[in-house]
Amino acid sequence: MTDEIVPDPALPPTAVPAEDLKPRWTWQKIALWAAIALLGGVAWVMIALVRGETINAIWFVFASVCTYLIGYRFYSKVIERYITRPDDRRATPAETREDGKDFVPTDRRVLFGHHFAAIAGAGPLVGPVLAAQMGYLPGTIWIIVGVVLAGAVQDYTVLFFSMRRGGRTIGQMAREELGRIGGVAAIVASLLIMIIIVAILALVVVNALGESPWGVFSVSMTIPIALFMGVYLRYLRPGKITEVSLIGFVLLLAAIIGGGMVADTAWGAEFFHLDRTTIAVGVIVYGFVAAVLPVWLLLAPRDYLSTFMKVGVILVLAGAVVIVRPEISVPAVSEFAGSETGPVVAGNLWPFLFVTIACGALSGFHALISSGTTPKLVEKERQTRFIGYGGMLMESFVAIMALVAAISIDRGVYFAMNSSAAATGGTIEGAVAFVNSLGLTGVNLTPDVLSTLAAQVGEPSIVSRTGGAPTLALGLAHIMHQLVGGTAMMGFWYHFAIMFEALFILTAVDAGTRVARFMLQDTIGNVAPRFKDMSWRPGVWICTAIMVAGWGTILYLGVTDPLGGINTFFPLFGIANQLLAAIALAVVLAIVAKRGRAYWTWLWIVAVPLAFTALITIWASFEKIFSDVPQVGYWAQHRAFKDALAAGETSFGTAPDVAAMEAVVRNTFVQGTLSIVFVVLSIIVIVASVVVTLKAFRTGGGENHEDAPVASRRFAPAGLFASAKEKRIEKQWADAGLRETTGAGHH
Amino acid sequence: MPGTTEARTVGSTTRDAARAVSRAASAGWTSLRWYVRQVMGDDAYRTYVAHERSAHPDREPMGEREFWREHYAEQDRNPGSRCC
Repeated sequence: MTDEIVPDPALPPTAVPAEDLKPRWTWQKIALWAAIALLGGVAWVMIALVRGETINAIWFVFASVCTYLIGYRFYSKVIERYITRPDDRRATPAETREDGKDFVPTDRRVLFGHHFAAIAGAGPLVGPVLAAQMGYLPGTIWIIVGVVLAGAVQDYTVLFFSMRRGGRTIGQMAREELGRIGGVAAIVASLLIMIIIVAILALVVVNALGESPWGVFSVSMTIPIALFMGVYLRYLRPGKITEVSLIGFVLLLAAIIGGGMVADTAWGAEFFHLDRTTIAVGVIVYGFVAAVLPVWLLLAPRDYLSTFMKVGVILVLAGAVVIVRPEISVPAVSEFAGSETGPVVAGNLWPFLFVTIACGALSGFHALISSGTTPKLVEKERQTRFIGYGGMLMESFVAIMALVAAISIDRGVYFAMNSSAAATGGTIEGAVAFVNSLGLTGVNLTPDVLSTLAAQVGEPSIVSRTGGAPTLALGLAHIMHQLVGGTAMMGFWYHFAIMFEALFILTAVDAGTRVARFMLQDTIGNVAPRFKDMSWRPGVWICTAIMVAGWGTILYLGVTDPLGGINTFFPLFGIANQLLAAIALAVVLAIVAKRGRAYWTWLWIVAVPLAFTALITIWASFEKIFSDVPQVGYWAQHRAFKDALAAGETSFGTAPDVAAMEAVVRNTFVQGTLSIVFVVLSIIVIVASVVVTLKAFRTGGGENHEDAPVASRRFAPAGLFASAKEKRIEKQWADAGLRETTGAGHH
Repeated sequence: MPGTTEARTVGSTTRDAARAVSRAASAGWTSLRWYVRQVMGDDAYRTYVAHERSAHPDREPMGEREFWREHYAEQDRNPGSRCC
C-alpha cells in the first residue's frame, strides 16, 4: 500500500526516513528517563503505600506527570509502531482536500489547543469529585492508569482512523465497518447517550445554582454578555475573536463580583433566590431558545468565552496546587470503597468507581470530537499521536487536579455537601447528625464549620449541594484563598469556579441539543424528506422541541427525585459515556483486525481496553437492572416502593408522602428502562464488532475503507518540539524557498 | 582611566543583557500572540484568503464580513458537538 506513494523528486523530503525514526539511546537520555521513572515511582509509593497522617498534594502531580511522560514516550510509540503505522509520505485530508475552511493543514501545536479545548468539559471535573467518597487512591489509580491504557488509546486511534477516512464520524465508520445492524445500533445509542448526558450535565448546573442568589445572578449575566459579544463580532468588528473574548472575560469577572454585591442586598437575595425546580424549568426553556437561535448570536461567543475560561482555570488550578501544595487528610481507601451504600453515589468500587470517574480516564464522547472536526485539520499523519494521545493525557491531568481540589477540603464537609437532601434534610443540624452517624474515622463535623464556610463563600447554605460542581468550587476556593486574597476572596473563587463550570455545561447543553436535533432530522428525513432540509424552520423547531423534551424530562425527574437526584441519576451518565467508549473501541477493533495479519499480534492494545470497559459497563448496567439492594438496583427500588404503595403505606424510606412514593416508582422505571436499552444496544454493537473481527481472522483481513494514498507535498515535525532530523528537513524546505517554517514567524 | 573603562564594559554588558531580554520578551510575546490568535480562530479569514489566492487565483474571495457570516451559517447547518 505504502509502495504506491511516489514522492515528488523535485521536493525536499516529506517525511523523516524510517531508519532515522529509531531512537538512538545516549547515556544522557537513559539517565533522564531513569530519573523520571524514579521520581514517578517514589510518588506512587508515597500515594499508595506510605500511611502518614496526611499526604502532600504535590505527590499527585509527580505521580501523574511522570506516568504520562512514560506512557507518551513508550506506550503511545508502541501503538504508533504496531497499530496505527502512520506514514508522513502520505498526504492528510487537510492537504488533499484543502479548502481554506473545513480542511486546513493546521500547525500541530495550534491543533493540540483546538482539540484539547473541544474535549475538555465539565465531565472530568465532576466524576473524580464524586468518586472521592471511596478515598483518593482508587480514583487516582484509575484516572492515571486508565488514561494511559484506555482513554488516550481510544482518542488516538479514533483520530487516526478517522483521518485516514477523510474525517468520517464515528457513526459513519460504525455503519461502514460493522454492517447495517451494528451501525444502526451505534447511531441510536449515540443519540440516546447524547440526551442522557445533556440531562445529567444540566442537573449538575441546576444543583449548583439552586437557592444560590449569587450564582444565579452571575451565571444569568453570561447570556447578555454572550449576546453582546455576538453582536460585536457580527456588526462592529468581525473576526476580532480574541479581542471580544478579552472584553467578555472582563465582563464575566465583573458579573461575578457584581453577583456578590447583589446577593448581599435584601432585594437581590430575594429576587435571585430560586428553587431548583424553577431553575430546571429555566434551563429547559433556555435550552430550546438557545438551540434555535443562530449560532453567531449565542453559541459561538459563549464558546469563545468558555475556551478562555477553560484554559485560564486549568492553569490557575494546576499552578495553585503546585505552589500551595495542600496537605490531604482523606484516607487512601475509605469505608465506602467496599460498601454498596455510599451516600454520594451508591454501589461497590467494582464496577462503580470506573463508571463514576468516566471522562477523566476514558471518555466515549471524545470519539465524537476525534472523528469529524480534528482529523480534517491534521497536517501530517505522525502528529496524531501528539494531538490525540497527548490531548487526552492533559484531560486526565485536569481530572487529577479536580480530585486533589475535592480531597483537600475537610472530609466531613465533603459528605455534608454531597449527601442528598433526602439524607441530610437539607439543614445544618440534619447534615451534622447524618455525617457524624456515618462513623467515619477522624470525622467530627460541627454546625459551626458548615455555617462559617457557607458565609465565606457567600452562599445561604452548603448542605446537600450535590453534583460535584460546588465541592470542586469549594476546593478551588480553599486552595486559591491561601494564594490570593485570604478568606475575603473565597466567595469570589467559589463563584468563579461555579461560573466556569456553568459556562461549559450550558455550551454543552446548547451544542448537544443541536447535534441531537440534527441526527433526528436526518433520521426522520428518511421518511419525510422535508425534514432533511436544515433551513426549513418548522422542521428545526419540531425536532429541537422533541430533543429538549427528552432531556428536559429526565432533568425534571432528577431535580424532583425524592431519593436525591445525582446519586440515582449520575450512574446513568457514567454508564452512557463508557458504553459510547466501548462502541468506539469496538469500531477500532474491527478496523485494526481488517488491516491484516501483521496487526493481529498487537490487537490486544485495543481489545484489552474494549474488554475492560465493556465488562465494567455491562456489569454496572446489570447491577442497576438486577441488584436486590434497593440503593443499587433501579428495579429493586421500583418494586420496593410499588409494594409499599400496594400495601397502602403513606410514607416509605425517604419519601414522606404518596406523591413522592409515586415519583420514585416513576423515576426508577425510567432509569431501569434506559439502563436496559443502553446495555442491549451496546451489546449489539460489541457483538457485531467481534463477528467482524473473527471474520477478518478467518479471511486474513478485510475490506480497506481508507482513502487512496496520495503523496504529500509538505513537511512538518510530529511532536511538540522538532527533533534534530526534523529541523534539518525543515531547513531544506526553507532553503528551497518552498514554504515558510511554521511557528511565530508565520505572519 | 581603568575605572571608566570598567564602568563602560559593565554598562555595555548590562545594556546587551537588557537588549537580549527585551528581544526574548518580544519574541515570546509574538509567539504567544500568534498562538492565542490561531487557537481562538482570529486568523481564519486570513487563512481562507491565502488559500483562495493560491488555489483559485481566477476567482475573487469572499469579503471579510461575508466570510464570517458564512462561517457561522455553516455551523448552523452542521452543528458540532462539545464535550461533557
